[in-house]
Amino acid sequence: MLALENVHTYYGKSHILHGVSIEVGPGEVVGLLGRNGVGKSTTLKTIMGLVRPADGRVAFEGRGIGGMAPHRLAHLGIAYVPEDRRIFRLLTVLENLRTGLDRPGLTDRRREELLQKVYGSFPVLRERRDQAGGTLSGGEQQMLAIARAMMLEPKIILLDEPTEGLMPRMVSQIRDIIQVLHRDGVAILLVEQNVPLTLEASSRVYIMEKGVVRHHAPAAELRANQAVIHQYLGV
Amino acid sequence: MSVPGGSGSSNHFTARLARRTASARTATTYWLGFAVVLALLIVAPLVLPEFWRRFVTEILIWGLLAMSSDILIGYTGMVSFGHSVFFGIGMYGAAAALLTVRPPNLWLALLYGLVAAGLVAVFVAYFSTRLRDIYFAITTLVFSQIFYVIIFTWTEVTGGENGLTFRQPPLAIPGVLSAAFTPVTLHWFVLGVVTLSYLLLRRVTQSPFGMVLQSIRENEPRTRAIGYHVERYKIVAVMLSGLVAGLAGVLYAIQNKFVAPDFVFFVVSGEVVIFNVMGGMGTLVGPVAGAAFFLLLREGLSRFWTEYYLIPVGIIFTLMVIWIPQGLLGFAKRRLNQ
Amino acid sequence: MAIPFDQILIQTVNGLVNGMILALVASGLTLIFGIMDVVNFAHGDLVMLGAFVGATTIAATGSFWLAFLVAALVIAVFGAALQASTLRPLLGRDPLTTILATFGISLVLQKYALWQWGPSARKIQEPITGQFAMFYLEYPWYRVATAFFAGAIIGAFWLFLKYGRYGIWIRATMQDRIMASAMGIPVPLVHTAVFAIGAAMAAASGVLFGPLGGVTQTMGFDFTLRAFIVVVVGGMGNLGGSILAAIFISLLEAYASIIVSPSQAVIVSFMALILTLLFRPTGLFVPTPK
Repeated sequence: MLALENVHTYYGKSHILHGVSIEVGPGEVVGLLGRNGVGKSTTLKTIMGLVRPADGRVAFEGRGIGGMAPHRLAHLGIAYVPEDRRIFRLLTVLENLRTGLDRPGLTDRRREELLQKVYGSFPVLRERRDQAGGTLSGGEQQMLAIARAMMLEPKIILLDEPTEGLMPRMVSQIRDIIQVLHRDGVAILLVEQNVPLTLEASSRVYIMEKGVVRHHAPAAELRANQAVIHQYLGV
Repeated sequence: MSVPGGSGSSNHFTARLARRTASARTATTYWLGFAVVLALLIVAPLVLPEFWRRFVTEILIWGLLAMSSDILIGYTGMVSFGHSVFFGIGMYGAAAALLTVRPPNLWLALLYGLVAAGLVAVFVAYFSTRLRDIYFAITTLVFSQIFYVIIFTWTEVTGGENGLTFRQPPLAIPGVLSAAFTPVTLHWFVLGVVTLSYLLLRRVTQSPFGMVLQSIRENEPRTRAIGYHVERYKIVAVMLSGLVAGLAGVLYAIQNKFVAPDFVFFVVSGEVVIFNVMGGMGTLVGPVAGAAFFLLLREGLSRFWTEYYLIPVGIIFTLMVIWIPQGLLGFAKRRLNQ
Repeated sequence: MAIPFDQILIQTVNGLVNGMILALVASGLTLIFGIMDVVNFAHGDLVMLGAFVGATTIAATGSFWLAFLVAALVIAVFGAALQASTLRPLLGRDPLTTILATFGISLVLQKYALWQWGPSARKIQEPITGQFAMFYLEYPWYRVATAFFAGAIIGAFWLFLKYGRYGIWIRATMQDRIMASAMGIPVPLVHTAVFAIGAAMAAASGVLFGPLGGVTQTMGFDFTLRAFIVVVVGGMGNLGGSILAAIFISLLEAYASIIVSPSQAVIVSFMALILTLLFRPTGLFVPTPK
């Protein structure tokens, strides 16, 4: 469904991605592991149109999407949860959700349904729905960022390090959410440094180093033999 | 691909020689062009009718003003929307000298004008170190407006709306000669001053100091991080720019025997910016060409469009900002700066 | 020394009235800056164009309120076209370029107005005539009505921002244009719409100001300058701040004009700007400086 073929991306003059090829099938949870700075976030940003690939092809459901503006990708079904969450700090929780909810093509009843569903998955958001996003704790902001993406009813969610800086209790909540999303048929491209979580949640894992994909295997294989992980991530 | 021993080093040597010859050739072409233009300007007042003679002299003066602005916009990256203040203060300073001291003395006028412009430049320089981009631009605008209002309303001293008129001082070198200016000799005097200023500014922009200014324009935080006292460089840049602009003001006063608050008004600052953009920022001669281009356009278009000439000129300007930001001479920027 | 109470009273109300008009202009300017980082040097000229369109409409139809609507609409459409054609390609370029581009636009607009409407000033008749007794003085109704009307427009806009569906889009785009886009908000469209709204507000101010100060081609520059001062003093991008700053600056000028002539009173505003930039550069009315 989502495919990157030999993608090269630059930040100014720095060559960050040196020919990255990744695939995510419908409903799949695919992990992307790697140390800091290897280009994992840049890969997601390239998919989402935040940076333009200099070379290579990015395709979604068969169509090339390289260079398309992010808002069009959102309408095609790609949602993005960035590394630093980036919720709208001055908007309330509900208003944050409404940025995704208010898109054309939904009936009011459907909107209400989606809202209640996400409140069900994240009760804390219902509690804090009239509070400004900036007043939430880190973990709550992460919940909001994911919930907001879910408002788009996406076909795939790009998750960038969702468990970074979170307490263990929150981390297991994230794990649960990923399971719920997977059950609902949403594909996930999960960028993480948390190896156990990634191995548990994903069906396939890519490992990146210095802007290239170095290894690609089913998660089961990597669970059994962690030597490769040690080699590239040094954990 | 490295060849051991002699031929390797001779390749290297040949390459260096080729580069030096190339830049020497560029330098020769440049100085040749410079000499040609200078010769044309020297001959101009002798062959042109009265109106055009004055026109060329005026182009030189506005060109000097535009050059001074280029130091800030083109080399240091600071847009000033208030350059008219230096121009105007230099003008009024010269007027003060020519009206208060009998007999009217050319050098005193220059002195008064430059000192006055210098004092104002100190003020502006202070602000330049604390403000960036748009805030600096607005502040310079506000500054020039403050002076405009003061000059406009302080009628007893500045003549208010009507300005001041005075006599033109003679060209006097004590002990050697004292002769009144003719339009031709005045033109040569202006040409001399402008040429000297240009050469001086060129020297400055090509010096290490000038290099630092350009690096400030390109990436100020990095320049600061490397260890340069960005503030000091900005202060010197503003002082230099202000003094040269004041000099232009003095020349204008001497040529026209008349000063008025109009020259401190924002429109002048705006036109200076237009000269810079159209001619090519960061080239020094570009703005002079820009001034010539604009003034010629105005002269030509106002035959047909009268006072609406600014509509096509404004459109051209805006389009240039968007599509040709390097200006007319921008393509030659590297050549001109060697 | 006799304290000129009636002068102070009149100037207070004058300051408030002018302040509200200025607030309307500055709101548009700060909005445009806050959402797309564009310093619109031509903003005052949009005020001027609105005033001229209004004057022409009144001359043709005799209705002030119709003129008001027509001016706002026409200038809004014009602003949208302007933004889409000349400013959108500049998104992402350095701020110097947008300043210069809008400066060029300002020149063209001023001379176009000269060409279209001629050099003589126009007059807009006030829709509400007569004066009322304010304490023991007489004060024109229209001026007070203007202040209320400008305030109503600003208030309506604020409500739209806070509670309207597209208000959320605008606020989100102002805070984080990239994430707004990632959430499916059509950011380029929002930019154009906001510019159009800002232009409409400017045009509205022009028509409101018409009966007070006349309509000339050069009135734009004064508005641009004052609006900039207000936006800086109030904090760039800060809507509430610019409203407070507009009233503050106008009051200062109004009081100063008791002592000096009106053309000199403007120096007070300049001083306010310079002092703000020196001591509280993020804005006088911003809660805490960063």
